[in-house]
Amino acid sequence: MKSIYLDYAATTPLDKKVLKVIEPYFSRKFGNTMSLHLFGQEAKTAIENSRKIVASFINAGANEIIFTGSATESNNFVLKGLGLPGKHIVISSIEHPCIDESARWLEKQGVKVTRLPVDKHGMINPEDVKKAIRPETILVSVIHASNEIGTIQPIAEIGKICREKHVYFHTDAVQSFGKIPIDVKKLNIDLLTASSHKIYGPKGAGLLYIREGIKPVPLLHGGGQENGLRGSTVNVPAVVGFAKAVEICKVGMAKESKRFNKLREKLVKGLLKIKGSHLNGSPKNSVPNIVNVRFDFVEGESLIIQLDLHGIACSTGSACSSASLEPSHVLMATGLKPQEAHGSLRVSLGRFTKETDIDYLLRILPGIVENLRKISPFKNSYKF
Amino acid sequence: MALYSKEVLKHFKSPQNVGKIKNPDALGKVGNLTCGDVMYLYLKIGKNKSGKEIIKDIKFETFGCTVAIANTSLLTTMVKGKTLETALKVTKDDLVKKFKNVPLIKVHCSLLAIDALSEAIYDYFKKKGRKITSEFEAKHKRAEKVGRELHHRHADVVELEEELHKK
Repeated sequence: MKSIYLDYAATTPLDKKVLKVIEPYFSRKFGNTMSLHLFGQEAKTAIENSRKIVASFINAGANEIIFTGSATESNNFVLKGLGLPGKHIVISSIEHPCIDESARWLEKQGVKVTRLPVDKHGMINPEDVKKAIRPETILVSVIHASNEIGTIQPIAEIGKICREKHVYFHTDAVQSFGKIPIDVKKLNIDLLTASSHKIYGPKGAGLLYIREGIKPVPLLHGGGQENGLRGSTVNVPAVVGFAKAVEICKVGMAKESKRFNKLREKLVKGLLKIKGSHLNGSPKNSVPNIVNVRFDFVEGESLIIQLDLHGIACSTGSACSSASLEPSHVLMATGLKPQEAHGSLRVSLGRFTKETDIDYLLRILPGIVENLRKISPFKNSYKF
Repeated sequence: MALYSKEVLKHFKSPQNVGKIKNPDALGKVGNLTCGDVMYLYLKIGKNKSGKEIIKDIKFETFGCTVAIANTSLLTTMVKGKTLETALKVTKDDLVKKFKNVPLIKVHCSLLAIDALSEAIYDYFKKKGRKITSEFEAKHKRAEKVGRELHHRHADVVELEEELHKK
């Protein structure tokens, strides 16, 4: 049977070049970065080199990068480290759950939270950011590119507003990092989160860019690692792999992006040929590797399992697929009704996606949609 | 290992008794719109040799997730040809057991299929002016209450569905 992975926004396979680089750090080069002997210093040098590599990728200083265990940790750190009781923070209504749930927790601790609305394409209006900032506002956190619908936010403008108002600006760049160029200086970013396993690096490494001078309260108190901001023995193989993955992105990103744009165009065109289909998110302002569509009167979880039975791996924002049994808050924020959000399908492309994979998906999908509609009680009432 | 057992996938891949029955003797409509499932169950009632009422034919239409579709299909195969009395005795646990392994969060989908059948038989009893036990009435009230609450929460969705059905 075919085995086609089109869920790169969920996670990516390790690049073979990354695997080769990290192998010695599991065995021979196993030192603890805090140790004074050669074993330790060898590990420390590897981490500091990695720091330089990722810092230069986003035009930051190496002293402004800390490595974490995941993007979720980075995001928790920013919100909980700056959102102290009595303060006010601003987030969008389409954040990843690790921001949204952190904000919910902060609300219980006496922090005020404003959630900004988005338009039907999932875009924030920077004017809304301006209006939301109050004297006690400490932080604005907006996701750079949506993990569900791919929409890219106008973060340079949002960052500019935050600078003018003397408010810290954080962006969760997990889906954009390594896909589109990011310059923290040009984009007025104070804090930025990225993840290794979304860019063909190993799982277990994230990063947080913290502009010099900003001092969030640590989430993990410990032995002084990461400039005292993150206690924990550093996961050396994961961090070294993360940096190698960044290096590969640096070289190939522009070419890769061009290829994705072509594939995406073909994919969107093909998907929208299916009757009763609609594009979710922004037709123009999207990362090149994420496509989200919905099919009227089709339930997304069934769709995903049918695709899986045909050897295609995708994802959905349907309630039936979530732990909470609620439809995607991102799709709901773009103004969709629950029954519309139920029929959503996210296809995300990656480095190893071939054009023939897209062709196969487009060949299989119309039949699956039709069959699911046949079973549904709406088949007679909904004419195409 | 796949998310669902072979038994679930068998019914999901080729669901049995899909469709409508024209002029059904009974119809059960239930919907759990929290997770987006809507089920319609149609019955044709006949009699067996000993004169007891049986489910002569059964058809279903389900809009919903894998387990919702598989469950309705499984239930129809279990009760087709059976007496109404026997059919009413099938529980959600019977369905879960047959499916071997159903994720905990999906167990409510099994209850939905049972409710659809129960509501269809309730509909038949009402039409025929049969005596309805207090237990059966309570079951019907519960299904109705869930429906009402969902209607309240997702009024626009339910209305759209009703509107589409009138057409």
